[in-house]
This record gives sequence, C-alpha cells and structure tokens, in this order.
Amino acid sequence: MELYELTIHELQEKIRSGEVSASGILDSVFGRIEAVEVNVRAYITLLEEQAREEAAKADQRIKAGDINTLTGIPIALKDIFCTRGIKTTCGSHILHNFVPPYDATVVEKLREAGAVFTGKTNMDEFAMGSSTETSFFGVTRNPWDLDRIPGGSSGGSAAAVAAGECIASLGSDTGGSIRQPAALCGVVGMKPTYGRVSRFGMIAFASSLDQIGPFTKDVEDCAIMMNAIAGYDPRESTSVPTDVPDYRAFVERGIDGWNVGIPKEYFIEGIDAEVAAAVQKAIGVIEKLGGKCLPISLPHTEYCLAVYYIVAPAEASSNLARYDGVKYGFRSENGRDLLEMYKKTRSEGFGAEVKRRIMIGTYALSSGYYDAYYKKASQVRALIKRDFDDAFRQCDVILTPTSPTPAFKIGEKTDDPIKMYLSDIFTISANLAGIPGLSVPCGYTAGGLPIGLQFLAGHFAEGRLIQIAAAYEKNTGGEKRKPSL
Amino acid sequence: MKISKEEVSYVAHLARLEFSEEETETFTSQLNDILMYMEKLNRADTAGVEPMSHATALSNAFRDDEVRESLSEERSLANAPDKQGGCFRVPKVVE
Repeated sequence: MELYELTIHELQEKIRSGEVSASGILDSVFGRIEAVEVNVRAYITLLEEQAREEAAKADQRIKAGDINTLTGIPIALKDIFCTRGIKTTCGSHILHNFVPPYDATVVEKLREAGAVFTGKTNMDEFAMGSSTETSFFGVTRNPWDLDRIPGGSSGGSAAAVAAGECIASLGSDTGGSIRQPAALCGVVGMKPTYGRVSRFGMIAFASSLDQIGPFTKDVEDCAIMMNAIAGYDPRESTSVPTDVPDYRAFVERGIDGWNVGIPKEYFIEGIDAEVAAAVQKAIGVIEKLGGKCLPISLPHTEYCLAVYYIVAPAEASSNLARYDGVKYGFRSENGRDLLEMYKKTRSEGFGAEVKRRIMIGTYALSSGYYDAYYKKASQVRALIKRDFDDAFRQCDVILTPTSPTPAFKIGEKTDDPIKMYLSDIFTISANLAGIPGLSVPCGYTAGGLPIGLQFLAGHFAEGRLIQIAAAYEKNTGGEKRKPSL
Repeated sequence: MKISKEEVSYVAHLARLEFSEEETETFTSQLNDILMYMEKLNRADTAGVEPMSHATALSNAFRDDEVRESLSEERSLANAPDKQGGCFRVPKVVE
C-alpha cells in the first residue's frame, strides 16, 4: 500500500507513531500526481513548491509534539476558494489572472488544523455544470474510466481524491456539486446544512443555496474534515451561531431503531437499472443494521428542478454582475467606451453555460416576469422545504440514490442543457431546503463504474448522516475497489 | 414561443452581454426550451404561500460599527486591469 492510498485517520496514526513524515506523505502524493495527472487533469494549479515548504514546517511541528487534526495531510482546494497570493480562477477565463488578496475562512481553518495544500482543482465555470466540462481550463476525466466525466461542478476535487492525487479535498455544492461527483468518482462527499460552514472568501454562485463541504475516502475522514471547517464566522452573515459537535464521535454509534425514509418520488422511471438495484441492496443493509425503512412521500419533488433553475440563475445573474473588467480579472481591449468595455469583457470572458444562466436569471428577474418566475419559484421552494419538515417528523434520515446514472461519457450531454440539468435531480432538493446531504459509495456497475447512495437529514443533523453512512460503509459487504489508472 | 429573438437581445443588453446572430438564435431556442420546462410550476398550488428567500431562521445579522483593519490601497488595486493615481481606470464614460 502506498501512502497516497491511505485515509486521513490512517496517516494520522502513522504520523503519531513516527512511522512516516509529512514530507514522506507529500512525496508519495506528488509522485502519484506525476504519474496520473496527465490523464486525469484534476488540477488547474499545482502548488508543489509551497506544499513542500508547508510539509517541512509540519515535520518540525510533529517533531516538537505539536500535532493537530490535519497536520501534514495533503489537501486539495476547489478553485472557487480564495487563496492569498495564489491564482483563483473559478474555472473561468474572466478570472484567469485573479490573485486574491486574502484567504477564504475554510482555507484559514484547514491551515490552522495543519493541512498541506497540494493545489487548486478544476471545476465547471463558476460551478455551473454537472460534468466539469464547462471549465475554461479543459475537461477533468473520471479516474474509473478516462472517457467519462467525473461529475460536477466539483469534478476536479472528486477526481483528485479518487485518483490518490490528494488525501482529501474541499468542494462547493449549490445543487449537488459535491454529492454528484462524489457518487460518480466513488468517494464520500458531504454538503452540510446551509449556514454550517462559512463561505467567506468562496466565489459566490447562488447565495441562498451555496455551501462548502469535503470529499474524502471514507466517512470517518468526512467527520475529521467537518470538525476542521464547520462553525460560525462573524465575517459571513449567513453562517449560523450554533454549537458544532465532534462529528467523529458519531462514527461508531450505529443506527439500531432508526426510522429511514424512502421517498417514492426518488425511485422514478428513467433511473439507471444498476443504480436502482444497488440502492435497493443498500436498503437491505440498512435494515440488517436495525434501521426501519419506511415509505415516505415528498410530494413537491417534481418541481425541484424547475425551482432550482429559476432561483440559482436569478441569484447568479446578480452575483456575476461584479465581473465587469474594472477591479480585477480579464478586461477586453475591444471596448471604446465604458458600456462597450463591459459588454465585450463579459461576452469574451464568460463561457456559454454561464451566459445561458445569466440570461435565464436576468429574464426571470426582469420587469413583468418577476411574479411569474422568481416569486412563483420561491413559493414552491417553501412547499419543498415543508415536505422535508413533514418527513423528518416521521424519520431520522432519508435514503435516496445520489445520481440517476453512473458517470456519463464526455460530450454526451453538452448540447442539451435540460438533459445535463437532470443529472442533479436527486441532489437539488437539499439545497432548496437548506438541509445536509451525504453521498457514500454503494457498489459498482457491471462496467466497473461507482454508484453513490445519498442520505439526507434535518437542519444541523450532519452527525446523523455521518452515523448512518459510517455504519453502512462498515457493513456493505461489497469489496472496496480502487480505480486502475 | 416564450421568448423572441428581440427579447433575447434586450435581456442580453440588461445583462451587459452581446451575442452574434448565430448565438442569439441558439440562445433563443435553448431559453425557450428551458422556459417551457419551467411551465410545470404553474401546476403547483401556491395560494397563500409566503415566498422563501433562504433556508435558515436568521434575519438581520448585524455587527458593531467598529473601525477595523481593511485592505490597503496597494492590495485593493493589485488586480486592476488598469489603474492610475490610486484609482481604477476605465474607458471614458461621456464625450
């Protein structure tokens, strides 16, 4: 077993016992990057030199007995998080040269916990996509099958963990952008409750939906990462000042006597047969562990996608108004006056999917259409949240597939926006309701592609997700494979 | 048709975007498909439902009005495409 294949908690033990050094772990990870990155292309920017300095410092601290929860652990960051002095592109031409003057709160927190940053990972432009194909910097490939997409928008962060090009990573999830790529790449991914993790220094897409979370190799690592990043931040006015539990304490608890809701609306026609079979098998495992699986209904599920594709573009059209070529980023040389400079900068700087969403959002918010689209969507959103409030009076967690299909082929859905949007059909509801969700691997297709199982819980019940996912992970009975790269 | 080519051009202007003739046609067709899909929302009964703007119970999040350290002029201007005399410089606005 190479060091790059190990989990955070396994590496922590080896660091504490003196068996390995932070520099040794980093050598293994960068050796792996050298071997496979040419095929996977998970990163936009690699930070090898800086990482080596950080690892050397970590080794000094380890020698002095000053070991924190992530000391010496190589971690990758989605290129949506501002990193002081390090280019942060958000996958866009319009920010291709942007060097932030400050760090995001999550970056500060990981650094305080001792993390070593390997680099900035690839993503759909401004996190708008489900395949990482809209990145200005090219496509990331799924480590399990290089002809397929890794999911998106945090595809680089998911692929980097799956390929062993980092030990864990951070992503962001606005409609499924952590959970869907986690499912498609065979790793664990969590979207916490809205307000649980500070978004200060994260480039905004849809502010009422965006949330930050980890990609890890197992559920215990997910808990370790959540311990490092969760919590109130006075710089982020939507972060919620409630206590953060020790998530790691939930890993060994089991789920005997739990009620697990199975929403009938998530087992629809069009779901891939192998995905459906894997999820059915997982339901059997949950029951063996003492969970009572009961049918529930989330009656407004059919509206989630339509609500999302009004609310998210509306908020995006407002958030992305700041990219005008004045204060930072790309400016077109072709504008003769200010208005023309704005238009040329934005038209040359944004890719097609971003423009499409800005157009939908601007239209939905424009005079005469606001009531028909944005207001209506916000009302239906309230009904979707009410569905979950009702459901969590009957059950402790909800179980669904994460994605209706395994990883699809590169280029398969790029010409049909609605077909691409349907990739998020099972993940969007959690963002609309603000609840946490977690995807954990639950088997493979006959062709060897990973399948993901999603758990959803009520507001601030991330601990429950870790509890059930950890119990499931230990008892799946299936073999744990690694991609052959 | 939910949206015409002329409306697409008008919305593009509002969003400070401009499209070629070909792009306008593609966007018009795609936006129509997307807006048609949104039609299904009309089936949901929302009579008397308060619109939801975000997911937590927080309302206004105030902080004390204290003078704190902020970005220096130099760091604020470091990414500017064009600058002069401590200001962001842009093409002329009026003749």
